[in-house]
Amino acid sequence: MRKVVIPIGPQHPALKEPESFSVTLSGERIMAFSARLGYNHRGIEKACEERTYLQDVYLIERICGICSHTHSTCFVQAVEEIAGLQVPKRALYIRSIIGELERIHSHLLWLGVAGHEVGFDTLLMYTWRDREVVMDILAELTGNRVNYGINLIGGVKRDLEKQHITDILKSVDILEERTKYYIQVCKEESTLIQRLSGVGVLSHNDALSLGAVGPTARASDVARDTRADDPYAAYDELDFKIVTDDHNDVYGRTLVRLGELMESYRLIRTAIKNLPEGLISVKAPRKIPVGEAFSRYEAPRGEDVHYVKSNGTDKPERVKVRAPTLANVQTVAKMLEDGQLADLPIVIAAIDPCFSCTDRLISVNSSKSETLGSMKWEDLRLYGIEWHRSKGMDFSAINKKLAERL
Amino acid sequence: MLISIFNLLVFPGIIFLGVAGMSAEFIDRKLYARMQNRTGPPWFQPWADFIKLVSKEDVVPTEANPRMFRAMPIFALTSTITASFYIPLWSTHALYSFNGDLIVTIYLLTIPTLTYFLGGWYSTSLYSKIGAIRSLTQLFAYEVPLLMCILAPALLANTWSLSEMAKFYSHHHWYWMFNLLGFAISLIALLGKLEKVPFDIPEAETEIVGGTFTEYSGRLLAMFKLSINIETIVGASLVSAVYLPFGLQLTPALGILLYVGKLLFIISILSLSRTIFARFRMDQMVEFCWKIVSPLAFLQMLICLILKGVLAI
Repeated sequence: MRKVVIPIGPQHPALKEPESFSVTLSGERIMAFSARLGYNHRGIEKACEERTYLQDVYLIERICGICSHTHSTCFVQAVEEIAGLQVPKRALYIRSIIGELERIHSHLLWLGVAGHEVGFDTLLMYTWRDREVVMDILAELTGNRVNYGINLIGGVKRDLEKQHITDILKSVDILEERTKYYIQVCKEESTLIQRLSGVGVLSHNDALSLGAVGPTARASDVARDTRADDPYAAYDELDFKIVTDDHNDVYGRTLVRLGELMESYRLIRTAIKNLPEGLISVKAPRKIPVGEAFSRYEAPRGEDVHYVKSNGTDKPERVKVRAPTLANVQTVAKMLEDGQLADLPIVIAAIDPCFSCTDRLISVNSSKSETLGSMKWEDLRLYGIEWHRSKGMDFSAINKKLAERL
Repeated sequence: MLISIFNLLVFPGIIFLGVAGMSAEFIDRKLYARMQNRTGPPWFQPWADFIKLVSKEDVVPTEANPRMFRAMPIFALTSTITASFYIPLWSTHALYSFNGDLIVTIYLLTIPTLTYFLGGWYSTSLYSKIGAIRSLTQLFAYEVPLLMCILAPALLANTWSLSEMAKFYSHHHWYWMFNLLGFAISLIALLGKLEKVPFDIPEAETEIVGGTFTEYSGRLLAMFKLSINIETIVGASLVSAVYLPFGLQLTPALGILLYVGKLLFIISILSLSRTIFARFRMDQMVEFCWKIVSPLAFLQMLICLILKGVLAI
């Protein structure tokens, strides 16, 4: 068969979010791969500049539906650093506990998606059933299953009560038992191992040079974890092991995530045992003094980075978000080199991509002409009308009719 | 004459096969769901899906060859139904039989796969084309072991007719035990034929959307779905006739009950394998079929040939 270019996306069953990949195939073999991002751009960074810090906490939380606590904590940490707030210990511990619960739900979700991508739907159904346990706990602690809204600038909004603690410990026990079963499945089920091992190989050096983060890097034996490298929240007082693996492939990434689940259970138990008494928040000023801060957070998918610059008002001057997927998405092309079409979905899924977190708009201004790259809203509208008219679509009559009716 | 028409149209012809196929789909989906800890669909779900599809319009892609595109589902449906006439279901008699109907049945059961290929190829969509090529590649992988392992019991019975085989095995009660290896192989091949997990490579939705059937809709898709359901029943009947030929001389009522029991057994094995395996990749599937399944089928043939000498049949 001659070479064909098949589109994967923007609408495709393998993708949970619209994103466009195009794959050149020769038979079943992938010859070339290109990705086009940008279908999910929402302009959140710009929107942050027009809202107060308190409103931004809510907006930032909605960058991602899965790692929402990640983004809000990362943002809040940066603002707290500029304002010089001393966040109470108890609040830091609660942030860590919620963060780990979020990691558990994200990794269980990933395991299910991975199962689905290789046609093992039973794994999907099982893991998502068990994920409900952690979702229920999150709902009990924070009031929401996703977008927990527990962070405040200067602390957290809700305290952990006795009942909560017993419930968390109970569900962590259940989940630990289930995770042990999944580890057994992944180590023994031969069709699953065949589909995952040797697929999407990313060597140790490639992982370093392409700047991979999170489980993608750790599965290539790069011991990189922000929780240990640059401890935030309560992680400097909690003892945990960085899970790495030297398989370098999708199978390794699966084992790393499963290992991290086990570590998370241990972390939650220690955090609850050491949970200090005291306040859960301090009062934050409405106006944040001039300054800038850079904050890092280990999201379930890797390192999340926020940059905040303040100008002394109640609104930030600039907010910059670099979601972990942006660091990892470049590794996909490398992983797919000499790959097969059947492996494409699982290789893309293995970096646990979150495209809506990733999409940014970059406008390039030419040094010669100043008009290039920027357009007024009214000009854009006129341009759109002209463009459609040149294609033979004239809406002026309809517009007139609509205007009359209004 | 009237009885023949009744046989063709109602029992055990089109209507019976349709109902049985729909029930098979329900049982498969329900078992699959229960094994995955889900509730599963209500009993009428396959019917609801079918009626809904039939009531929708047929969309034929502009670049597709409309004649081939429309003809393929009909070919698939008729060939599977025809195949059922030569298979003895609950007695030692099939509706029609002649010496050589074994080969004809297997041939008729190959036609649906060819129609999936042609239908996919003539839809001209890229996903369909890749699915079409995959289903043809898969055909070459499972068809040889299937034919070899079905030939083995026929060698033992010294006949090319399914009905004669049934007669032979009901005279020699425990001889079917020799063919258990072939039974396992034929189930694997049946999974490939029906394109179910772990061999659902031609319609792997996360890779190539709907595979062969991407462009099909409405009545044409309904016909394809129905033909797959009927193929499940016919395939399971063939396997049960060849490998589980016991209790064929019971009274018709008991015989039918036993036949339904055998079908349920085979369908639940298919559902179980759908639950516990991940999808193979094309190269892995071909390798598995040629390197493991085919030699085993050959072994089954050897066993039968040696037994034939030892038992002096």
